[in-house]
Amino acid sequence: MIIISISVGVIFSVVTALGLIRLPDVYTRTHAASKSATLGVLGILTGTFLHFLLIEDHFNPQLIIAIAFLFITSPVSGHLIGRAAYMSGTELAKETVRDDMKILRKKTEDPK
Amino acid sequence: MSLQILLNFFLAGVWMFITDNFTPSGFAIGYLVGLLLVVMMRRFFSSRLYLYRIWAVISLFFLFLKELVLSSFAVFKLVIQPRLNIKPAIFELETELKQDWEITLLAALITLTPGTLVLGISDDQKKLYIHAIDFEDIEDAVSSIKNTFERAILEVSRS
Repeated sequence: MIIISISVGVIFSVVTALGLIRLPDVYTRTHAASKSATLGVLGILTGTFLHFLLIEDHFNPQLIIAIAFLFITSPVSGHLIGRAAYMSGTELAKETVRDDMKILRKKTEDPK
Repeated sequence: MSLQILLNFFLAGVWMFITDNFTPSGFAIGYLVGLLLVVMMRRFFSSRLYLYRIWAVISLFFLFLKELVLSSFAVFKLVIQPRLNIKPAIFELETELKQDWEITLLAALITLTPGTLVLGISDDQKKLYIHAIDFEDIEDAVSSIKNTFERAILEVSRS
C-alpha cells in the first residue's frame, strides 16, 4: 500500500519532468505540469500519511490538509499560467482551431 | 438548506438538554432524532432535503478523483510515446451555469480532465475558452465529459 502510493507519486513526478522537456509550447507543458505534478505530489503525501499511520501509529492531520490544499490550488495555478501566457505570449504551429479567444486578446491589447 | 442543517444541530442540542447527556454519543443520538424530525417536516421547507445535496457533493468529489487519475494517465501515455503527434487547439464551450462558484468549480474540473485546460472566460460569463491538447479525437468525448460535470454541478446547486 505505502510502497504503491509512493512509487506512483515518484513515477508521475518523473512523467511531469519528461513532459516539461518534451512538449512543444507553454500550454501543452502546462497540461503536463498541472495534472501529473498534482497526482505525483498527492501520491507521495498519501504514502507518507499511510506510513506514519500504519507503522508509527501517528495520525498526522497536516498531511490531509496539504492534500486538500493541493487539490484546490493546482487547477487554478494551471489556469492562471495559461491565461497569462495567452494574454502576452505566442502560439506554436499545428494549431487547428482558433476561436473567439482572439477577440479577448485584442480587447486587452488596445482598450478603447 | 443551511437552515435545515442548523435546525438539525439545534434539535441535537435540545435532545442533549432533555436527556441530560452531554457526550458525543448523546449528540449523535440527538442528531439522528433531529434528522428524523427534519425528514418528517420536509413539506415546510422551501428547498430540498439537505441529504440529497450532501450526496451530490460526495459523488462530485469521487468524479473529481477519477478524472484526476485518468488525466494523469493520458499525459503519461502522451509523454512516453516516441513521436508527438498532437494537434493543440482552443475551442469555446457554452455553459448554462449562472453563479460564480459554479463556474469556478466547472473550470477546475475541466482543467483536471484528460487533455483540456481552461484559458479564459468571456466577459458575460457564458463561454469558457478551453485549450485541448489533442483536438481531433477528443472533442466529442470532451463535450460528453462536460455534460456530466455540468449536470453534477447543477445537481448540487438545484434548490
